[in-house]
Amino acid sequence: MNKLIRAFTKDSALVPLVAIVLGLIVGAIIMLIGGYDPILAYRSLLETVFGNRYDFGETLTAITPILFTGLSVAFAFRTGLFNIGAEGQYIMGMTGATIIGVTVHLPWYIHAPLAVVVGAICGGIWGMIAGYLKAARGVNEVITTIMLNWIALHLANYLVNRFLLEPGKGRSYMVDDSASATIGWLSRFMDDARMHWGMFFALLCVIFFYAFLWRTKQGFELRVVGSNADAAAYAGINVNSGVVKAMFISGALAGLAGVFQVLGVFHNQVIAASHTGHGFDGIAVALLGGNTPLGVLLGAILFGTLSYGAAGMSFGADVPPEIIRIVIGSVIFFVAAPGIIRWLLKRVSGKKRKEEAI
Amino acid sequence: MEQANTVVEMRNITKRFPGIVANDSVNFKLRKGEIHALLGENGAGKSTMMNVLFGLYQPEEGEIFVNGQQVVIDGPNKAIKLGIGMVHQHFKLVHPFTVTENIILGSEPKKWLGLAVDKKMAYEKVGNLSHQYGLNVDPYAKIDEISVGMQQRVEILKTLYRGADILIFDEPTAVLTPQEISELLVIMRNLVNQGKSIILITHKLKEIMAIADSVTIVRRGKVIDSLPVAGTSPNQLAEKMVGREVSLKLDKKDAVLGEPILEVDNLVVKGRQGLNALNGTNFTLRRGEILGIAGVEGNGQSELIEALTGLRPVADGSIKISGEEIAGKKPRQISEAGISLIPEDRHKHGLVLDFPVRENMVLETYYQPQFNKKGFLDFNEIATHAERLVKDFDVRTPSIMTDARALSGGNQQKAIIAREVDKNPDVLIAAQPTRGLDVGAIEFIHKRLVEQRNMGKAVLLVSYELEEILQLSDRIAVIYEGRIVGEVKPSETNDQELGLMMTDYKRPQGGPESE
Repeated sequence: MNKLIRAFTKDSALVPLVAIVLGLIVGAIIMLIGGYDPILAYRSLLETVFGNRYDFGETLTAITPILFTGLSVAFAFRTGLFNIGAEGQYIMGMTGATIIGVTVHLPWYIHAPLAVVVGAICGGIWGMIAGYLKAARGVNEVITTIMLNWIALHLANYLVNRFLLEPGKGRSYMVDDSASATIGWLSRFMDDARMHWGMFFALLCVIFFYAFLWRTKQGFELRVVGSNADAAAYAGINVNSGVVKAMFISGALAGLAGVFQVLGVFHNQVIAASHTGHGFDGIAVALLGGNTPLGVLLGAILFGTLSYGAAGMSFGADVPPEIIRIVIGSVIFFVAAPGIIRWLLKRVSGKKRKEEAI
Repeated sequence: MEQANTVVEMRNITKRFPGIVANDSVNFKLRKGEIHALLGENGAGKSTMMNVLFGLYQPEEGEIFVNGQQVVIDGPNKAIKLGIGMVHQHFKLVHPFTVTENIILGSEPKKWLGLAVDKKMAYEKVGNLSHQYGLNVDPYAKIDEISVGMQQRVEILKTLYRGADILIFDEPTAVLTPQEISELLVIMRNLVNQGKSIILITHKLKEIMAIADSVTIVRRGKVIDSLPVAGTSPNQLAEKMVGREVSLKLDKKDAVLGEPILEVDNLVVKGRQGLNALNGTNFTLRRGEILGIAGVEGNGQSELIEALTGLRPVADGSIKISGEEIAGKKPRQISEAGISLIPEDRHKHGLVLDFPVRENMVLETYYQPQFNKKGFLDFNEIATHAERLVKDFDVRTPSIMTDARALSGGNQQKAIIAREVDKNPDVLIAAQPTRGLDVGAIEFIHKRLVEQRNMGKAVLLVSYELEEILQLSDRIAVIYEGRIVGEVKPSETNDQELGLMMTDYKRPQGGPESE
């Protein structure tokens, strides 16, 4: 048993697991204070997610964008950058995909890939701007990416409103079917849940994330820059170009989230009053996943499941869905404060050791 | 009788950390009015011992007596209350504050029912203390404005202000110039003459011989011996410390000079504030020699190294390697032209601490076809390479997958040297190659540098430690305010003369090109 505990602690996989449990407990306590039944609430949450094909499919659709943005933030983090701008890059990805999807008309085997690529590049350029400003002018990327989020929001609204608007509607024209990323047969199998290729792309990106950073020459350079920029410079690695490159890739990953929301889920782009929050959720997902590809995947699954299930929770147990934001918030809190959990684990395992001695 | 004079006694102290026993039932006794050196290699356990005494660690076993009373020291505050003060190796000072403000921080004299700090009294008290112990510190000066040596005295004053009678000095001379060191030794004498007792943590044998009354040697967590300094010799101490015979004198054949390989001509480089850090530096380095650059820290050494390796733009002048101009080239081009660097700060510049040894071994060569197969790194090849270097250079690491952070300082440095020497450079720049290392590692590194020189390579040694410069160099160039102000042969000079040249009190006849 102790061996098992040690194996887990060594991997530091235990911390997020305990954090999740603690987060759920905090949520339960708050539900109890509010006079709700936490067990019923959590059960209806799970029932919502796994209860029928439609909801399960929609849960997968909810996981996809935050998996992309989570990878985006984690990628930047691995290279020593704090990309708060996944939100803006996500919006630019959407915009790029919408423009191609609406304005050009091509056979599907060109149209959809083109929309994906252009959207990803738009997101990438949006990230690259912050990277360039950091490399050339030394502006902190946290500040520029936050500002770029707002610029992206309003720029996208302007573009949709001015060039793509379907008259009488608060959104763009629908994208051509030839640009759609929807998987028809799977959607039908899932009782008309909005299934699309983005999910598989996101999984490919998980593999890309690992293979690029840990297997390639360029990934090695970026990791050296991220872990110790001074040593990178001494080793003859161009730190500035590394920063720009890393922000481009990070932005492109976030852009892909937006691309598939447009091509796979909504098939149009609305004039948005505020940010969707997918980009910001990406920060939480990256944090929860410890900036490792597998961790980000698991983190996105957890977040997507909790967020989507929250609706069912309010339906089944009359618990306001905002409670689940508290659960998510507490999970992040406990992940960000691993000291608390290590202390807790130490007390638990310490006690055991004493008992054994007796 | 002896018992009455003992101010600190540690009995059978054992302190374990996961996987190691840092202190294995150690005993230590400090008598009143003595300077007691604690000697040991890095990681031998001497710092752990002192951290136990200062209350930073709790020992698993053993007892501590202060002035004959058994005590439990559960934190630094308790230690201070018992009259124990520690002068840390890395100063803990607030730079924009004045000397006095730093000293009183945390135990300020109060007035108006504790609502305000009685600054006047504080300045007076600090001034008096400084005078009493001959520290000569200006209580009104800001920390930013005073030298490193003065900052250390502020740390000493901090402990005295808190009423310390037992002072622990942790490697106090590591950051000081030769002149500052001799002043510090006078201050320490002064302190014991006025009834204080001092524990000196060090691995420098010279200091122990110069100042300490007794010495306790620690090796691998155990106290090996405790004896009076009179009647022992540096060689004997070194042997006890390392556990085998070490040669303190370096065996070195005469240099066989080859052709000039590195020519630095009228080099001008701007420093951080935009002022000229190098101001027309000239020197020539030949194959088969070690040229030592001696100087007080901050006279352009760092800028010189950065300019030579392409990390800092060259404003004027030229740097030629085998006749080829490299000024203005990128670090990688310069590295490929045949310059290797053992950087000054191995943590900041030399290694990626969170990467395994394996990756660190190819930090500068990963892109070469040997390791880089069409954009993908061949980790089998990299591992083979790392294994070979680890073996050849005796880098003690559990495995090549261990993070560089987990290695001891000496082994980190060995890893860097392995990497740099393996590049087979024409010019090897060694900046402070043995900073903070123990005798065993220093011996190893010095031997490797001499070996490179014997193989016909050129070695540029930049060091703030005169002893190292004098011991290793075939020729010494003294740098002062960004210029080479003199060149001497080690056999024809001594550390006093060099010390004066470094502060520009004396220039030898001739000048840079006197040979």
